[in-house]
Amino acid sequence: METILAFVIGLLFAAGVYLLLRRSIVKLILGIMLLSHSINLLIFTAGGLHKGNPQFSDTVMEAGLSNSTDPLPQALILTAIVIGFGITAFFLALMYRFYQVTGTEDLDELKEGDTK
Amino acid sequence: MILPALPVLFPLITIIFLLINFQRREWQPWISLTGSLLQLMLAIFILIRVKHEGILVLHTGNWLAPFGITLVMDAFSSIMILLAGIIAVSISIYSFEAIDRQRQSFFYFPMVHGLLMGVNGAFVTGDIFNLYVWFEVMLMASFVLITLGGEKKQLRGAVKYVTLNLVSSLLFLAGIGLLYGKTGTLNMADLALKLSIADNNILINTSAVLFFVAFSIKSAVFPFFFWLPASYHTPPVAITALFAGLLTKVGVYAMIRFYTLFFVQDKLFWHPLFLWIGGFTMVVGVLTAASQYDMRKILSFHIISQIGYMIMGLGIFTVAGVAGAIFYMAHNIIAKTNTFLVAGLINRVTGSYDLKSIGGLYKVRPWLAILFIIPAFGLAGIPPLSGFFGKLILISAGFSAGEYVISFVALAVGLFTLFSMVKIWNEAFWKARPENSDPFKGENGKLPVSMVLPVAFLGLLTLTMGFAVRPILDFAMDASMQLLNPGPYIEAVLGNNYLSQ
Repeated sequence: METILAFVIGLLFAAGVYLLLRRSIVKLILGIMLLSHSINLLIFTAGGLHKGNPQFSDTVMEAGLSNSTDPLPQALILTAIVIGFGITAFFLALMYRFYQVTGTEDLDELKEGDTK
Repeated sequence: MILPALPVLFPLITIIFLLINFQRREWQPWISLTGSLLQLMLAIFILIRVKHEGILVLHTGNWLAPFGITLVMDAFSSIMILLAGIIAVSISIYSFEAIDRQRQSFFYFPMVHGLLMGVNGAFVTGDIFNLYVWFEVMLMASFVLITLGGEKKQLRGAVKYVTLNLVSSLLFLAGIGLLYGKTGTLNMADLALKLSIADNNILINTSAVLFFVAFSIKSAVFPFFFWLPASYHTPPVAITALFAGLLTKVGVYAMIRFYTLFFVQDKLFWHPLFLWIGGFTMVVGVLTAASQYDMRKILSFHIISQIGYMIMGLGIFTVAGVAGAIFYMAHNIIAKTNTFLVAGLINRVTGSYDLKSIGGLYKVRPWLAILFIIPAFGLAGIPPLSGFFGKLILISAGFSAGEYVISFVALAVGLFTLFSMVKIWNEAFWKARPENSDPFKGENGKLPVSMVLPVAFLGLLTLTMGFAVRPILDFAMDASMQLLNPGPYIEAVLGNNYLSQ
């Protein structure tokens, strides 16, 4: 299971980086979203995966905790998802405003801001 | 003991008061000022308590470390909290006049305090995931502040700022995930303990590099700094001053905290790397600044250059070196904010930031010239001002640690900084006004007291830091000693019971 997830993480990360490097700001946002999902999965996998009992049930308490997954990474991911959601919402609003003001969604148009 | 939580709670309460009274526009700056003043007083109180009682620890919700979120206040954090309080007060006063009504009515003050809450939270937390959360709080507020007003150039800068900072947050999060997978803990003190007894602790370098890149992007260190000059000059100058003073330094704070507390296993790799990166940061920042003619851009590039000094102090890694980095950071937060505020004053008088179109200011406003000289020469390191002693401590620490190259680089960069500051002085104050230029916008009007007051206050602090070096340096030495001997920190957080198991 870890191996499959490792490949999924790698794939998501690669796709995210590819989208980040595109010229369109929509793809930039999609790239950030994919990256954040891949990182969430990374934390999930790093916490260790066990097929077995649900957390905090009586059977787990009796059988000992060794056969169950650590719940903390899932709590971390939950926090990270919420933060990521807020940021995506902000970024989408920023994109809309950017399009309204500049009339473009091409990131190459941003270059002149650097030189002047 | 609730004291370590208060630096986070005070801004939160201020935000609540600001939002309750949102319809009363004229109250907003006053509420903000009251909140900031209370925060400053709290910071002074905390500093005294830390000085007398040592490290203060709060286990939130009574979950003992390493299981709950721990808030820790040691000498280094308390210095940073104090600086954040000073900047909060200055920016609050400056914003009375400098921020237009429209921006004030679009949640400007609540966002400033949101930013302060995030910054203070990052300074007090003793838990790496909690640090990530505070970083995000701080970033969200800064995203709103940098786009507030929605001007074209602001949005352009903001896209770069937002993207790069998000990528850095993601790398930071990945580092946390991997570190948790390897050690099974998120508490900084517990991490330090576990990593010091682990056998193959070279494996943690994967996380260490991720953290390094993440914090480097946040603090705009050499290869990762491009977002800063692209975005920092776009919002109104009060916001830029707030960012310049606090935001990048939070990255440096986190880096110093991480690489003195628990990433200390692979010294041969990290410390030369810090020295190289610090050197490049200094040189690149100062050289690119030399080619600019917009005051805010010159000052933005100097932020980068001066981050290099702090990284250099971390790379030297002796008590004097880290103390120098802390002293320099304290000086830089005050002086850097001040230079931006003065640039705002110059803009108020002339209506421009472009050095080519202004000149002859000395005739019109001699006092402004003096207000500019103090922080600018402080940054350049002219003797009795604070920057001189910051650099002196760092460079003498470099020489006594045998790091000659970086010390000479630091000396040379000081010279170039002086060149840039003299350039601003020359172009804005001394040279004759360009002949075909428009008349200055606010030449005959009086400068608002609320804008001059914080500049004078910060200038006075720069002078005080220069004349009272001894006590401040002593405290920086204490902080540095605490950082380099993490034993008491670990013991204070985890308690004797846990350590004896």
